[in-house]
Amino acid sequence: MLKENEIKVGDTHTAVLVEDLKRTQIVQYAGASGDYNPLHTDEIFTTQVAGYPSVFAHGMLSMGLTGTMLTDYVGDGALKKYGVRFTNQVWPGDTLTGKATIIEIREEDGSKVIDLMIETTNQNDIAVITGSATATIEA
Amino acid sequence: MAIDKFLVEASHIMMFARSVGDANPIYHDEDYAKKTDLGGIIAPPTFAQSSAQFDPDYFLRPKIGGEGWFGSGKEASGAKPSKDSGGSGGGAAMGLHAEQHFEYHKPVKAGDILTATTKPGNSWEKESKRAGKLKFNESVTEYRNQDGELVITATGVGVQTERAVDS
Repeated sequence: MLKENEIKVGDTHTAVLVEDLKRTQIVQYAGASGDYNPLHTDEIFTTQVAGYPSVFAHGMLSMGLTGTMLTDYVGDGALKKYGVRFTNQVWPGDTLTGKATIIEIREEDGSKVIDLMIETTNQNDIAVITGSATATIEA
Repeated sequence: MAIDKFLVEASHIMMFARSVGDANPIYHDEDYAKKTDLGGIIAPPTFAQSSAQFDPDYFLRPKIGGEGWFGSGKEASGAKPSKDSGGSGGGAAMGLHAEQHFEYHKPVKAGDILTATTKPGNSWEKESKRAGKLKFNESVTEYRNQDGELVITATGVGVQTERAVDS
C-alpha cells in the first residue's frame, strides 16, 4: 500500500502492459472470462460478417491489463473504485502503455485515499482507455 | 441477469490473472497469500466480469446441444444471434462495451460464493462520425458474498452502433 508521506499530487506510475498483443492472449482472456464473442477470436466471422479488419481485444482485456498496472502501484486490496471508458479498439499487434496519475489525496470514511486519473495508450499514442480510480493509502 | 452461485476458485483466479498479464503471487500462490494482510488468494479487480461463466443463459458462450452458434464453422456465420443478444455480432449493427465501473466494498477471496443481480440503469443516444447512431444502455450488477455482504457494485455501459466502427 502507498504511504501518504511518500506520495504527492502529480505523481505518476507508468508500465508497458503488453507488447505486440497476440491473438492467443485474446483467446486466453476469452477462456478465462467466459466472453466468447467471435469478434475477439474468430477472424473469419469478424472480417466477413461483422465487417472489421480483424479480430480485436475485449474492452475488458484492456481494462484488466490496465488493472494490473494499477494494483502493482497501489497494492493488493487497496482499490475502492476503478472505472474506465473504452475510447478506441485494441488490435492484435498493439503495444499498450498504462499510466496512473495522482490527482487528489483526501479523506474518505475516516481513512486516507487517493484519486487517480488513468490512461492507456497504444503504440500510436492514441488513448484506448481513459478512466479513474480511488485507492486506500496508509496515513 | 441473475447468478445464483458464482464460485470464486483459486484456479480460475490464476487463469484470469494470467490472461491479463498479472504475475502477482497474491493471485496464484496460496503460501505467499496467507502471509499477507489479506490472508489468502484474492481476485484481481476486474475478475467479477468472469461471472459470465456462471450465468446459464450467457449469450456469448456456445451452448451444449443448444441453438446454433453465430461464429464461423464451415460458413463465415453459423447462425443469427438470438434476439436477446442485443444484436451483438449480427452483421454491422452490434453491441460493444463502452464503459465499465467497479466499486469495491470488500475483497473477493478464493472460496467465496457470490450471487449477482443486475438491474437496468439509464439509457441514452448519441450521433457519432465513426459508427453512426449510438444507443447506450447501462446495467448495474450487485455482487454479494456467502454472508450476504455487498462486495462489488459493477456498472456496465453497452453501446449499439449503427455500423462497424471506423478505426
